Amino acid sequence: MRFRDHRVVGDILELAARYRDAGADELVFYDITASPDGRTVDRDWVARVARLLDIPFCVAGGIRSVADAEAVLGAGAEKISVNSPALADPELIDRLSERFGAQCVVVGIDSQTVADGATPRYEVYQNSGDPQRARGTRRATLDWIREVQGRGAGEIVLNCMASDGVRGGYDLAQLGAARAACGVPLVASGGAGAAEHFRDVFLGAHVDGALAASVFHDGTVAIPALKRFLAAAGIEVRP
Amino acid sequence: MTGVVIVDNGGGNVASVRYALERLGCRAQVSADPAVVAGAARVVLPGVGAAREAMRRLAAAGLDRLLPSLTQPVLGICLGMQLLAAASDEGATECLGILPGRAERLPGGPERPVPHMGWNQLEAPAATPLLAGLRPGDYAYFVHSYALPVGPATIATCHYGLPFSAAVSHRNFHGAQFHPERSGAVGARLLANFLALAGPAWS
Repeated sequence: MRFRDHRVVGDILELAARYRDAGADELVFYDITASPDGRTVDRDWVARVARLLDIPFCVAGGIRSVADAEAVLGAGAEKISVNSPALADPELIDRLSERFGAQCVVVGIDSQTVADGATPRYEVYQNSGDPQRARGTRRATLDWIREVQGRGAGEIVLNCMASDGVRGGYDLAQLGAARAACGVPLVASGGAGAAEHFRDVFLGAHVDGALAASVFHDGTVAIPALKRFLAAAGIEVRP
Repeated sequence: MTGVVIVDNGGGNVASVRYALERLGCRAQVSADPAVVAGAARVVLPGVGAAREAMRRLAAAGLDRLLPSLTQPVLGICLGMQLLAAASDEGATECLGILPGRAERLPGGPERPVPHMGWNQLEAPAATPLLAGLRPGDYAYFVHSYALPVGPATIATCHYGLPFSAAVSHRNFHGAQFHPERSGAVGARLLANFLALAGPAWS
């Protein structure tokens, strides 16, 4: 989502309030072009969101240093999420975790499925916010998941690129493999198209959270109905 | 004594606590100045981060000796609540010693990642002014790796591998292990209750 001019920010504040009132458990704000454009997410914008929200929220976008993170957390975010900058400088995760604690430090991973052979491989992608500049890193996703935990990541958001935007369900095979390698909270991302997909990812891949954007933005899935559906399926959710 | 002061201990949630109080119509001051803290009608001790670093900062500001002597209502949040105890196993840190006991690391497990991060249910909230209106089973937002065991000051518990103190009260000192500033209506109620506690008027 792009939020660089004030009109779009206004839309986002409205969306944030709507999700807060609908019972979202956490909001994540991605300034996905920040890293490819060499920017950091706008601090004033973070403060406006923080004033509005009484639920946790995480901010991602071009956070490359402890000082960048300090500005975003100081403006009221609970957590910061790093993705491309951590790939360029893995020790960034150590520094952030040491300064703010693991609970503040989310590592976002964009992972592509590479089908060369019988079993699929998963590879980490960088700058995936911009199709022109997105590129594979040759890092194996599961290795990176283990490494970032060792460096102090307190949460991992795994975006499975092959299922992202397709709305055919989360990538249960990849998320299941990630779960086995992940001792910190794991959040599934990419592929939600219906309430059943959320149920399946909680029951099938044992993730701690499920992230979705477009199905909520366009109203395909309503959060209160989704929560009732998940509760009826025996999954513990905050009403 | 006037106003509400949030102790600035370099933690991450100072701003979100300030905004949460703002939503309740209370404009709090953020300060690490002992004179300002001592003169406040209400003191909030937030805290995100590590116990040792937080105590080092309080000591550097001269607040480690001031805080235990306060008589106005004090609310510790998350690490701020743990700092009220005698000690923390996190970095083998001596804390403020206002409450007995020491913060212990949560037991992790395959189905129980640590930090304990997310919404969890409050159990057995006592009928105290701080928890007025809160019910068993209400969800609150937790982010922590250490917790205070259940003890005489416990007024609500939560369960994550083992039961721990979700909220405490001891004389004028109160604490919430969860983040009321990020716990929706449940958290807002606790903060409103804190502002409404008997004590000097804050506005």
